[in-house]
Amino acid sequence: MARVELMDYEQALELFEPVIGLEVHVELNTETKMFSPAPNPANEKYHGAAPNTLVSPVCLGLPGSLPVVNGEAVEKSISLGLALGCSIAESSRFARKNYFYPDLAKNYQISQYDEPIAFDGEVEVELADGRTFQVPIERAHMEEDAGKLTHVGGATGRIQGAEYSLVDYNRAGVPLVEIVTRPIFGAEGDAPELAKAYVSTIRDIAISLGISEARMERGNLRCDANVSLRPRGAEKLGTRTETKNVNSFRSIERAVRYEIQRQAAILAKGGAITQETRHWHEDTGTTSPGRPKSDADDYRYFPEPDLVPVVPSPERVAELRAALPEPPAARRRRLKAEWSFTDLEFQDVVNGGLLNEVAATIAAGASPAAARKWWTGELTRLANASETDAASLASPEHVAELAALVEAGTLTDRLARQVLEGVVAGEGSPQQIVDARGLAVVSDDGALIAAIDEALAAQPDVLAKIRDGKVQAAGAVIGAVMKAMQGKADAARVRELVLERAAAAE
Amino acid sequence: MPEISAEQVAHLANLARIALTEEEIAHLTTELGQIMQAVEQVNQVATPDVPPTSHPIPMQNVFRADVVTDDVLSPEQALSGAPERDGDRFVVSAILGEEQ
Repeated sequence: MARVELMDYEQALELFEPVIGLEVHVELNTETKMFSPAPNPANEKYHGAAPNTLVSPVCLGLPGSLPVVNGEAVEKSISLGLALGCSIAESSRFARKNYFYPDLAKNYQISQYDEPIAFDGEVEVELADGRTFQVPIERAHMEEDAGKLTHVGGATGRIQGAEYSLVDYNRAGVPLVEIVTRPIFGAEGDAPELAKAYVSTIRDIAISLGISEARMERGNLRCDANVSLRPRGAEKLGTRTETKNVNSFRSIERAVRYEIQRQAAILAKGGAITQETRHWHEDTGTTSPGRPKSDADDYRYFPEPDLVPVVPSPERVAELRAALPEPPAARRRRLKAEWSFTDLEFQDVVNGGLLNEVAATIAAGASPAAARKWWTGELTRLANASETDAASLASPEHVAELAALVEAGTLTDRLARQVLEGVVAGEGSPQQIVDARGLAVVSDDGALIAAIDEALAAQPDVLAKIRDGKVQAAGAVIGAVMKAMQGKADAARVRELVLERAAAAE
Repeated sequence: MPEISAEQVAHLANLARIALTEEEIAHLTTELGQIMQAVEQVNQVATPDVPPTSHPIPMQNVFRADVVTDDVLSPEQALSGAPERDGDRFVVSAILGEEQ
């Protein structure tokens, strides 16, 4: 492959204005597929099923099979449309998108064309520094996902070298909502970050609505990024490229930035951008050309004759609208204020993906500070060590219970960490673990005083120093007492008692 | 009168991934042209007061409950018509194209 020239990012921005457009596919987590009663692998329950075990005649496009619309998928699509600030169509229709490729056995995908379920919306997207953008939504339409192809035989596994392909139709027919933005102007140098933040917002919305597992690494959420540049002062939009296969939040940001730099280098030399699909390569951080766009765009859409129009009742749409959760950006602002977190503290929670866990822990009775501390501290550390999500390690109720035990003085932080390890290991609730392991703090002063007197007697030189007013010398005695108590004592209380006993000693 | 050109037939064949000889293209151009003329007769009865339709019966909102049924096939059933298989997956020839 020819070496690709990239222009310095700052220089590219001086010469050109980046314009981006984003297409996000959201797989709905319904029980069954969009048009068939086969189990939906985008539902947690059926995730990871063996190949071709979640297929019906409709999924395979067998002769005589007919699609029937999943009513639940329509409702979830309408909720998503409403959450995106869209108008819901009075009447909406499915269309056939014709193309010949073995990821769909019918030779067409059932999608929507000129009558999408939702259109004309707007989403508030917040950047890391707190600035917000209104991203205009053109449409959100319902369609079905395609099967999964594995290419075999190519040297790199890339399609050009493949000798044959293996097809698993489990994913064929999974309900999808494709959300298409209008061209986004004015983001300037923030365009890459905005693209990432936008997809992240769509994920938050999908999760808050409970309509999708929304896990990018599983392909529940997929993004195609359109990028074009126009020279400063020009009216007309530049030719765009569409980068596909961008499957992580970090990749979205990198891919948009890369395309800005690549296109700028070509345009600055008087070259022209080819309108094409490009593939993102995570390993090299580059894009490579796919098929030219003009050829493949000939999908010969026509209304799907096997399905009748979807006409949502205004009453039902009003009910779904009333049931919408608070928009993610507004919710974050409200929670940050309610919890009195600093920007940094709040970012820690948000970037750790722990907003819902912290909120639930506080709802279960913990103080905001304690909830944040346990989730972004010890639980995040344990999660990193085992390469999993902190959210999967403990329930908010258990963390709240742990915080309450610390608050009540039953546990020190050190003991609480041991209890938390027990919780993560599945040994039960914090109280059960405290009881089973005998981890509670010794709050009986009598037991502490006995240990302190013994330690003071064993270290007469330290006792003398304390009596001379060298209070810091007490550390050695406190250490000995904590050791004797096997850490199950409140160090501050021990210190108080050490000073008292030293003063009283003869 | 609607017409279809040999270039359009070749383009459609390409989209449908069907290899056609020059003779076949010429033959199909004539046949498809005749079919289009037959369909064109519908346009003669279409009047502005008749809205276009995509379905013969005026129905709307036909939905299915979101429940798994026994329509689900076993992999053996699913693959029974496959020209070729590898384990429980279909084998297809490599195509220079892409997922949509």
